[in-house]
Amino acid sequence: MTPQLEYILRPADSALILGQRLSEWCGHAPVLEEDLALANIALDLIGQARLLLTHVGTLEGNGRDEDQLAFLRTEHEYRNVTLVELPNGDFGATVLRTFLFAAFQFELWQALQTSSDSTLAAIAGKSLKETRYHLRHSSEWVIRLGLGTEESHARMQSALDRLWPYTAELFSDDETDVTAAREMLGPACSSLQSAWSAAVLPVLEEAALEVPASTSFRSRGKVGVHSEHLGHVLSEMQYLQRAYPGATW
Amino acid sequence: MDKKEWPLWEVFIRSRNGLDHKHCGSVHATDARMALQAARNVFTRRQEGVSIWVVRAEHIVASDPDAKPEMFDPSEDKIYRHPTFFKLPDEVDHM
Repeated sequence: MTPQLEYILRPADSALILGQRLSEWCGHAPVLEEDLALANIALDLIGQARLLLTHVGTLEGNGRDEDQLAFLRTEHEYRNVTLVELPNGDFGATVLRTFLFAAFQFELWQALQTSSDSTLAAIAGKSLKETRYHLRHSSEWVIRLGLGTEESHARMQSALDRLWPYTAELFSDDETDVTAAREMLGPACSSLQSAWSAAVLPVLEEAALEVPASTSFRSRGKVGVHSEHLGHVLSEMQYLQRAYPGATW
Repeated sequence: MDKKEWPLWEVFIRSRNGLDHKHCGSVHATDARMALQAARNVFTRRQEGVSIWVVRAEHIVASDPDAKPEMFDPSEDKIYRHPTFFKLPDEVDHM
């Protein structure tokens, strides 16, 4: 895969896997209204993934479409950040992860609107509106649960302690980023960190949540080195195409 | 854990600019901002609206169904309250 394709696969796969994770809530959310909200967000994310994967397939020129890319790649071929493949945890942890990731997507889409790849720029422009809503919805919940009861606060803090180390990966550059930035395809992800922090930290502060100290831990999902959780996500998501190759309905 | 029900909010949606907000249902939510979000998710997923109002259900004052006879029935036989009851002179007819 060329660096250009790698670069586009990362946000594509991250959106797809988080969409799949959020879909697990369908029928299980604490109230009907939130069940719909989580399913809506999941569908937005899967929609973003479809557009990006279709674009990757077209650029690649080997005749692979969105379905083949989604359902017939193995774990190490997936380029999502590790943050999105972690198990959902409780409702609080779910909205917190959505918040942390949506804030990242928000900065990414904004920057990608001026990409030298006009299709990518158009996808970013469309996705930005969706992500703005995800960010609003999830941040409202983070604040309410952070300030809620003793129990909700404790759960949110422990979710933040668990998820925070995985946010470092969002902003760690490699060759793919350097090439993308040089070719004006899109930003090196490290360049998004200060805007992300400026959006995320005030919300966490308002929610009375303490930001954990940074560590040297770096997850490496976006280079294809995943946690033990992604395999389980894929085995469920890809089951049908694996069991009945080429099945359509 | 306290399992108290969240308050009920009535939802009104304006489907297009220039039209009125119409009542379309209700949602449960902890507060006004969350009620707007919930209404957006439940009622405008298929482009049904361009504006949403939410009102705490308890703030709506409704007429009493049992008071229907004295509230509404007396107007039944007073057709002269409709403008069409009156025969206008030819000169001003078709106004």
